[in-house]
Amino acid sequence: MKRWLKPSTPTGLMLIVVLMFGFGFMLVPLYDVFCEITGLNGKTRGPYQGEVNAATNQNQRMVTIQFVANRNDNLPWGFDPDQEEIQLQIGERKQTTFRVSNTYDQAVVAQAIPSVSPARAADYLNKVECFCFQRQPLDAGQSKDFPLVFFIDPDLPADISKLTLSYTLFDITNPASARTH
Amino acid sequence: MSAYTETTHHGPAKGWTRWILTTNHKDIGTLYLVFSLIMLFVGGSMAFVIRAELFQPGLQLVVPEFFNQMTTMHGLIMVFGAVMPAFVGLANWQVPLMIGAPDMALPRMNNLSFWILPFAFAMLISTLFMAGGAPDFGWTFYAPLSTTYAPPSVTFFIFAIHMMGISSIMGAINIIVTIFNMRAPGMKLMDMPLFVWTWLITAFLLIAVMPVLAAVVTMMLMDIHFGTSFFNAAGGGDPVLFQHVFWFFAHPEVYIMVLPAFGVVSQIVPTFARKPLFGYQSMVYATIAIAVLSFIVWAHHMFTVGMPIAGELFFMYTTMLIAVPTGVKVFNWISTMFRGSMTFETPMLFAIAFIVLFTIGGLSGLMLAIAPADFQYHDTYFVVAHFHYVLVPGSVFGIIAGVYYWLPKWCGKMYDEKLGQWHFWLSFIGVNLTFFPMHFVGLAGMPRRIPDYALQFADFNMLTSLGAFLFGTTQLLFVYIIVKTVRSGKPAEQLPWEGAQGLEWTVPTPAPYHTFSTPPVLGEK
Repeated sequence: MKRWLKPSTPTGLMLIVVLMFGFGFMLVPLYDVFCEITGLNGKTRGPYQGEVNAATNQNQRMVTIQFVANRNDNLPWGFDPDQEEIQLQIGERKQTTFRVSNTYDQAVVAQAIPSVSPARAADYLNKVECFCFQRQPLDAGQSKDFPLVFFIDPDLPADISKLTLSYTLFDITNPASARTH
Repeated sequence: MSAYTETTHHGPAKGWTRWILTTNHKDIGTLYLVFSLIMLFVGGSMAFVIRAELFQPGLQLVVPEFFNQMTTMHGLIMVFGAVMPAFVGLANWQVPLMIGAPDMALPRMNNLSFWILPFAFAMLISTLFMAGGAPDFGWTFYAPLSTTYAPPSVTFFIFAIHMMGISSIMGAINIIVTIFNMRAPGMKLMDMPLFVWTWLITAFLLIAVMPVLAAVVTMMLMDIHFGTSFFNAAGGGDPVLFQHVFWFFAHPEVYIMVLPAFGVVSQIVPTFARKPLFGYQSMVYATIAIAVLSFIVWAHHMFTVGMPIAGELFFMYTTMLIAVPTGVKVFNWISTMFRGSMTFETPMLFAIAFIVLFTIGGLSGLMLAIAPADFQYHDTYFVVAHFHYVLVPGSVFGIIAGVYYWLPKWCGKMYDEKLGQWHFWLSFIGVNLTFFPMHFVGLAGMPRRIPDYALQFADFNMLTSLGAFLFGTTQLLFVYIIVKTVRSGKPAEQLPWEGAQGLEWTVPTPAPYHTFSTPPVLGEK
């Protein structure tokens, strides 16, 4: 090691400081990677990319999926699942809808963030189409049904018979306005 | 007398600009210590507001919003303004004296790192007078409380934290470079006094985690002003991430606040037991072990946030592991006193109280480390009792002990021993009266950070408040003792403590403005 780079010199120590500052920011992607590998946090994945072929699926197992719709920060909008609970065969492709009503007299942008419980089931819930993949603009006073198309992966651990998919709806029209409560 | 008769070629500069322009480690040490004493009273007066409001149930004195600002500012000022600068001040005075160096390695940076602090705290305290009030989200400033729901003054808070961080980092760099490069010829690392060792390790902790704190407040700044979503779920971020990054900083931070106190106590106990420190090497290795472990235990602050069982077990066991090196230290201090010919002057009293009361705080820490039990203790006054026991009779008593111990060498005069004893006993009673009942109300479920409480907690809270008023007022006596010593104390001897060992006692009393201009020759220990 070069003499001036040793951790007994100001330059060497400054290097540690800079590296640790960078490490602080590195924790952000590391956290995501860690959650993805371990399946913690109940985060679902993006759009399902593979083929959906229910015909080849011989698994007759039935599971229950519950839908929960929350509005962040007591947002005075409407946000409800069309069905609160669905029984479906594993591997079976299902469609349901969520209704969002903008009660404001101005156009808004909404964003729904999904979360699955139990967290280790998150990897087995495959969403072919979801309104949560994009920001959703809504006109003043508009109500809209948003589709969700999904299926449960046949490899779902045997002890899970019921899972909950919860959405939290955020108003992201104007990030600054969120601070005025 | 020693051969220290060389003429002082120049003394301190004349006039008040001496204190602004000084690069002398003794001047800067004094500045740090005086600054931290002022901050102790600023933070302490906020504790007065808190305890006055909690004196009886119901809301009497302040509105809840202001109460939240008080708890937040009390924590921030005590951690960053009182305890940390006090230890840097002790290091500035003592590290060069104890290793036989003429000054710190980077004197100009030393001046800068101190003079940033008054500006940082002026900025932090000024938020109290801003529209929307001061930060009110707790000293842990969890997002989104500190981002989405924060008062506008949060930006000043962020910059103040940045400045304190820069100051601490510069101070730490200075101390490491001094210790590695400026020891007296022949002094090996394993010959260094334990105060120097603990500060070396503390400085490395500072270098490692203060930049992470800077990173996390920078992310907050970007979330608030630049539309990023590090901690905002709507944009794909995660508020729990904030807690992980914060505690990755803040757990080592709590050891930063106590390791130098370990060092001070390890200097004082051998002096007044008139025996060399028992197990010097194990003390060094135990300190290193505590420092290393401090990086892998952070999530024990987050048991209730939600974690898989494997995570809870990992953080529970690693946390409990810290009790082993800490136990080694307590064992060594007690063994040092065992069969020593002990006397109980004020520094020794504070040091012994440190050992006893810090151990109580450590034991309640072990209780909190039990993940299933923590679900009951979390965010109650039991936690408040725990961390005040390690911080007040821990760190603060360590600092006070160090001040009494080295004050005769610094100013050449002896403090009034009788008043010192009064100061100790009033502080000892006050601190226990304040914090011990908190254990009971905490176990019974009284939540922290709330300006009101259920009626059954009233008696213990009144006791706590009375103890707090006693402890706080007693510290005015400390100021009086110091002022009296400096102005009219009896001249101190060259070696004020019979059993004291080390290079700092070989210089004349008071320590001249410039010491060790020629390196000392290390003789017998």
